[in-house]
Amino acid sequence: MSLTNEEFRPKIVAFCCNWCSYAGADLAGSSRLSYPADVKIIRVPCSCRVNPMFILRAFEKGADGVIICGCHPGDCHYSTGNYYARRRMTLLFSMLDYVGIERGRTRVEWVSAAEGVKFSQTMNEFVETVRSLGKNVRLGDLRCKN
Amino acid sequence: MQELISRLKELLESGSVQRVLGWKKGDFTFNPEPAYFNSAEELSEFVYDGFCGANLSKYMIKASNLEGVTAVLLKPCDTYSFNQLIKEHRVIREKAYIIGIGCKGKLSLDAIKAQGVKGITDIKGAEIDGDCNELKVETLYGEKTVSYKDSMLERCHVCKGKEHMIYDELMLESADTLDADRFTDVEIIENLTSEDKFTYFQRELSKCIRCNACRNVCPACSCRKCVFDSTKFDSEQKANVDPFHESMFHIIRAFHVAGRCTDCGECSRVCPQGIPLHLFNRKFIKDINEYYGVFQAGEDIGQTSPLTDYTLDDMEAEERR
Amino acid sequence: MHGIGVFVCHCGSNIAATVDVKKVVEMAKLEPGVVHAEDYQYMCSEAGQEKIAQAIKEKNLSGIVVCSCSPRMHEATFRKCAEKAGLNPYMVEIANLREQCSWIHKDIEEGTEKAVILTRAAIAKVNLNTSLEAGESGVIKRALVIGGGIAGIQTALDIADAGYEVDIVEKTPSIGGKMAQLDKTFPTLDCSACILTPKMVDAAAHEKINLYTYSEVEKVSGFVGDFTVEIRKKARYVNMDKCTGCGVCMEKCPSKKAKSEFNSGLSNRPAIYTPFAQAIPNVPVIDPTQCIKLKTGKCGVCEKFCQAGAIDYKQKDEVITQKYGAIVVATGFEVIKLDNYDEYAYSQSKDVITSLELERIMNAAGPTKGHLERLSDGKPPKNIVFIQCVGSRCAENKGKSYCSKICCMYTAKHAMLIRDKYPDVNVTVFYIDVRTPGKNFDEFYRRAVEEYGVNYVKGQVGKVAPQADGSLLVHGVDLIDGKQLKISADMVVLAAAIEPNPTVRNIATMLTASIDTNNFLTEAHPKLRPVESPTAGVFLSGVCQGPKDIPETVSQAGAAAIKVVGLLAKDKLMTNPCTAKADELLCNGCSACANVCPYGAISYEDKLINDHGIRKTHRVAVVNSALCQGCGACTVACPSGVMDLQGFSNRQIIAEVDAICR
Repeated sequence: MSLTNEEFRPKIVAFCCNWCSYAGADLAGSSRLSYPADVKIIRVPCSCRVNPMFILRAFEKGADGVIICGCHPGDCHYSTGNYYARRRMTLLFSMLDYVGIERGRTRVEWVSAAEGVKFSQTMNEFVETVRSLGKNVRLGDLRCKN
Repeated sequence: MQELISRLKELLESGSVQRVLGWKKGDFTFNPEPAYFNSAEELSEFVYDGFCGANLSKYMIKASNLEGVTAVLLKPCDTYSFNQLIKEHRVIREKAYIIGIGCKGKLSLDAIKAQGVKGITDIKGAEIDGDCNELKVETLYGEKTVSYKDSMLERCHVCKGKEHMIYDELMLESADTLDADRFTDVEIIENLTSEDKFTYFQRELSKCIRCNACRNVCPACSCRKCVFDSTKFDSEQKANVDPFHESMFHIIRAFHVAGRCTDCGECSRVCPQGIPLHLFNRKFIKDINEYYGVFQAGEDIGQTSPLTDYTLDDMEAEERR
Repeated sequence: MHGIGVFVCHCGSNIAATVDVKKVVEMAKLEPGVVHAEDYQYMCSEAGQEKIAQAIKEKNLSGIVVCSCSPRMHEATFRKCAEKAGLNPYMVEIANLREQCSWIHKDIEEGTEKAVILTRAAIAKVNLNTSLEAGESGVIKRALVIGGGIAGIQTALDIADAGYEVDIVEKTPSIGGKMAQLDKTFPTLDCSACILTPKMVDAAAHEKINLYTYSEVEKVSGFVGDFTVEIRKKARYVNMDKCTGCGVCMEKCPSKKAKSEFNSGLSNRPAIYTPFAQAIPNVPVIDPTQCIKLKTGKCGVCEKFCQAGAIDYKQKDEVITQKYGAIVVATGFEVIKLDNYDEYAYSQSKDVITSLELERIMNAAGPTKGHLERLSDGKPPKNIVFIQCVGSRCAENKGKSYCSKICCMYTAKHAMLIRDKYPDVNVTVFYIDVRTPGKNFDEFYRRAVEEYGVNYVKGQVGKVAPQADGSLLVHGVDLIDGKQLKISADMVVLAAAIEPNPTVRNIATMLTASIDTNNFLTEAHPKLRPVESPTAGVFLSGVCQGPKDIPETVSQAGAAAIKVVGLLAKDKLMTNPCTAKADELLCNGCSACANVCPYGAISYEDKLINDHGIRKTHRVAVVNSALCQGCGACTVACPSGVMDLQGFSNRQIIAEVDAICR
């Protein structure tokens, strides 16, 4: 049974750093700026805490998209965390792209504590992109040739 | 070759080294294996030719814990791995007496077979003293001649060069074998559509039997306990039940060695299923070179690894092509 | 005994309106480990906390999940509550059902479904929580105030009066800041200098206050209670101990072409100068870009005339290192550059000025000795037009989106003062709205209109066109009458927007304090913690946090001071126990983690490790938990997953991922 795009509700995992993006999400909430309920946030102290294992695990368990949000470069609460995260995620997502996982399923976005609007917009866009890509099966299927 | 053996004998007999880490004859001429030689007598089994592809630097992790100094034979490309291991405090420099040995390109039995040669019983022409132009292959169906170059491992076509990055003394001559660009294959894949990339890797990874040969041979995969064997991420794998785990294994393995992988090519060499595993590592190397400046792991111990480094204006993940 | 309690808060109707809390309770009961689940109107209330405490005791809970508002709001509350009831405070997890769910999802079914999943994730995490004990760290009883304007001065005075040492670092040669440049202050029309100067003197004379003027913060390391700061004392070329402040050097200095910063560039000053007469310290500095001696080696006039022998051309910058328990940012503001506002002819006509320039013109110590006159020809103006919101409340990129807040009031002040002193001058003010929310502010504005006859026109100005006769033709629109206006003026005053001092970005980076898109420092909570930065130990005072007038700045300065005093009064701080920890048994000792640690908290030791009976010496990573701030950079650098972060462990996050994706 195939789902049409309208019916398809993607599973989205959003890793948000405690200091900027999680606060940005809180601000989106208190400003009543809605975004799809498909997005579920996991709080991490810093974007540099996000291990590639977490991202692949999310995909393994059925996530259709994963987004990492952190403080803007230069504003990391821990000074340098997001710089490391930026390199790690750039390389990891490039690799996922390389093995055929659509680019739209992964994203890094810097959202400050003051950017409730940006948080909500980002999530709306991201969910729309993932929705248009449909269910994520490729990572799981990478090992089983039909 | 005789010169090398005499020198090894001398080292052992003088007591300046406790043992030699090299290769000994296998069941056939084309499958020598890494071995320790504890005395001059044992050296009768010693061999060094075009089939001695194994990178011995990883063995020095354990050898660093043995008593006394180990004389280790390292080809130019192996010395990058050894340097990287020094940088990561995994080997003790003083415990190794490094004999940098020459290399004229290492051979791949699969590459020979790919030339239509079957039933191989013996191969001549791989001797390091020879000119290494052609191989005489004895088969059940008679003798055949193949070109040495066409029989080399993929990694030797993209050779890093004849220079040893670290050594105590040098022996034997090397030959130039570089005749290809190492990123060509990566680029071809990059230019495929997402669908085709997936199809390509699905075909390759479907062959994986999770024998862990790639992990066991990799000098960068030297963790006391691999995450895939530990409970750290609830990711221990007891059996091949989940196909996802398998693709995750290769991606994570490549990520864990990114910025540390010297591109020694051992993973692809030992894969019994012939999966071109180096394509994962090379993708990271290519991206690192393009995004953060050219970096060769193991070249300079003092250099910061790209993944433990940053600049303020690094490229954003969304900007990559 | 392992047992989890789940407590679902209605938050009045904030959560309960779009989340079926009963359903969340029912679903929570089905999760592994859960032995108790209930809902309540307000979990954070005393009665709510009592319910939690009771359940912890009665059911002997080993962990709790509170489904409520953001953990940034009440995590600390519920941790305290758990601790009182005998449960380790780190056995508490929060499911953020309000900000992340009920407030953004209108559909009750959708909201409830997501709430159940968020609760499930929190349960999955708390199942893997471990008891953590907070460590202790000391507090250095000294505060640093960055910026010596009215905000910094007031903060420093209040901290010092409470008995703590304070250092003020001021970039310019004197404290005083922007307030020193003002002529009168609203809404009482006090002379600015008359109320500021005594405070400056108090600060200088206070035995607990130490001034570093003409100095800048260069480097900050450390953390709350224990910051180490490097301060660059720029070379003054004048020995502060010897100088008597007689001022002869300034009189004699032959280089007098530099623009006076204090007079907004409207007059000149010598190369050796104090910014203004009441400068504190009253010790001049030599501007090396202007001084003939420093540039060419010839001159030396000031040295010759200085009887105290205080001139020292060889003086060098000095970097001092000082330790502080708390840091207050009070870096203030600048008026925006008007390059993007050519339509107002600011760069074309000398008679188009900013309000700050008008302050200097009106001031007796200013370039015109307080006489209101045109800068082009020195004639007294007859028609003055004020234009409001120049660069403020600007939807386009060329200006600032925010309201600069002070302009309505100072323009009313200017208009009133001009009409009072020069009753024959016509004053017109173009405005979008007049915003006067402050004590006695609206009364003040009404007086300008009603008593002083200032002509307020609701509407914007499209263009100011300089005319051949030297007048300025102002093209505006009157929105109330709905007609175009052309007013011939001989002076136009622009209420230019204010922006945070540009140096604040650099300072925020050093302090790891967060900053918004307009370069205002972010407060820890906009309502409940307005004077604290989210970075512990860093406090905000004055305009660096958002546009403010003087009364507001002074109150905020006092508030920041009391927060600092509250911190410095403690002898010990509890440290965050969510720090990194290596598994010694499996650590490779490869140094990857130490390479990414921003705090230098990781070192290596050769340790004798007992690996299932086999004793071996391994090089292993050791985390100094007093230095570790818990970012987790090391945990990802570690390939074998040996380095883990307590409170946000690999397995905990994986459990959350699994619960969400289930």
